[in-house]
Amino acid sequence: MRLGKATREAYGEALAELGAEDPRIVVLDADLSKSTMTMQFAKRFPDRFFNVGIAEANMVGIAAGMASCGKIPFVSSFACFLMCKAFDQLRLGVAYSNLNVKVVVTHGGISIGEDGVSQMSVEDVALACALPGFTVVVPADEEETRMAVRAAARHNGPVFIRTGRPKAPVVYEAGCDLTLGRAKVVRRGNDLTILANGLLVAEAIAAAEALAARGVHARVLDVHTVKPLDEQTITKAAQETGRVVVAEEHLLYGGLGSAVAMCLARTRPVPMRFVGLNDTYAESGKPADLMRKYGLTADRIVQAAEELL
Amino acid sequence: MQSAQADLTVPQLEEMARRLRRDVITMLGAAGSGHPGGSLSAADIVTALFFRILSQNPRDPAWPDRDRFILSKGHAAPVLYAALAERGFIPKEWLSRLRQIDSPLQGHPSVRDLPAVEASTGSLGQGLSIGLGMALAGRMDGKAYRVYVLLGDGESEEGQVWEAAMAAAHFRADNLTAILDMNGFQLDGPTAQIMNPMPQADKWRAFGWHVIEVDGHNMAQVVSALESAREVKGKPTMVIAATVKGKGVSFMENNNEYHGKAPTAEQVEAALKELGGAA
Repeated sequence: MRLGKATREAYGEALAELGAEDPRIVVLDADLSKSTMTMQFAKRFPDRFFNVGIAEANMVGIAAGMASCGKIPFVSSFACFLMCKAFDQLRLGVAYSNLNVKVVVTHGGISIGEDGVSQMSVEDVALACALPGFTVVVPADEEETRMAVRAAARHNGPVFIRTGRPKAPVVYEAGCDLTLGRAKVVRRGNDLTILANGLLVAEAIAAAEALAARGVHARVLDVHTVKPLDEQTITKAAQETGRVVVAEEHLLYGGLGSAVAMCLARTRPVPMRFVGLNDTYAESGKPADLMRKYGLTADRIVQAAEELL
Repeated sequence: MQSAQADLTVPQLEEMARRLRRDVITMLGAAGSGHPGGSLSAADIVTALFFRILSQNPRDPAWPDRDRFILSKGHAAPVLYAALAERGFIPKEWLSRLRQIDSPLQGHPSVRDLPAVEASTGSLGQGLSIGLGMALAGRMDGKAYRVYVLLGDGESEEGQVWEAAMAAAHFRADNLTAILDMNGFQLDGPTAQIMNPMPQADKWRAFGWHVIEVDGHNMAQVVSALESAREVKGKPTMVIAATVKGKGVSFMENNNEYHGKAPTAEQVEAALKELGGAA
């Protein structure tokens, strides 16, 4: 699978395009616009861009105020800073008030690499899911990110989108659609199902290819929307394949795996395995080395699948 | 006519403030819980805003050009609800349902439950940022509305207040006015002892604000400060209002026991007697 752009880069491009289409869109950043890529919007629409400095809590509060006056604010920072430093503002100012704020974080997961744990986010999806009314999206590649950003702008209500730092493998070579809350079957198969999102979708496809070489046909679902979860597609997959592996670049507690388990426990209990960070932080290192060391790879997904076969 | 600014005279405002205080006491007595001290200290400021300063229309509460008021010190919700009722935004009967299940009058203001309030507050420190967002949105849209945010002095210990203070000056938000209800107390005791936020005026000036200091119970001073804030260009204005916690009820004044304790039935009666008018 060839490497495409980083999902954060696709976000920056999509946002600048959207800015031309909808004058209600405003963008706020907390001194990371060169990294979050909101700089592209800032250059084109300086009057609708607000760099609030290194003050994430204030940024989210300002966005809430703007949203209450009819703007569609996109707020961005690294996933860890935005979700951890401004969680109370997201809770009271945005979620509880059900305001139309789009929270697009970058540098999600451990694949940011060398900067290390203080800049990594392994809990952002759990935090976003803990905000009632929020739609929570983790796109897999550049094209899906573009579609997610567009869908978020169209959706009336708070949305969280997680993007990443490194170049992402291209899952959707021919482009893709995205409907919030609707998982995508990216590979057919009836022996087991691998559900993944973000960078782990490419790993899931690689794992399915490895398994296919041994005559095991895995279905792969791109569950880009963690909340609301596509219970129908996931339940059908469990029903038809009888085994489920969930893979994500996130803590096992509170992420996609938890959400899928909660769904299937009720609708169609089947044996499951979970690939993710098991109650741990990571460390500094090259992204690929980190993904290997912390078990976020195709190999690890294959191992998990084998435990079920 | 879209705008319907109440334009009470100072004596009328003083009478209205007395009514709001009576409402606060009655509501809290009925609710059996809540925050009298900080509601009473803010009563004159809130009265000046709702009955003299704010350009709003009770018949069209969502009027896009309305002035916005945010009660950042959300625990003073009773005085906000009293003002909304007396001004005609909500039925007066609702006041007796403060803090009860299925009531729009939540313990702290909730825009989800009561759209007549501009923002959900109660986790201290957030209102000024939200108000700044509204002010910046208004400026982007070329609207003339103004935004008013009422803060507590204890609340000013929150770091986010100063993030917002810095940003409001940086963005030259001269359509934003903050009012500090400086009653000198916070939950655990006198602010000077718990975490001294003084000197307030110097801090706000250093952050780039125009500062006006008033006696927060002198209606003429409060009105005059809020009116003059409209004329300040290029920077936001902070009105620092020296107030008395529990103002208007002798046994609550400067008695921090009533920060978050509702009056008993007997105390309600005594308080209403002091505030004038039959129980």
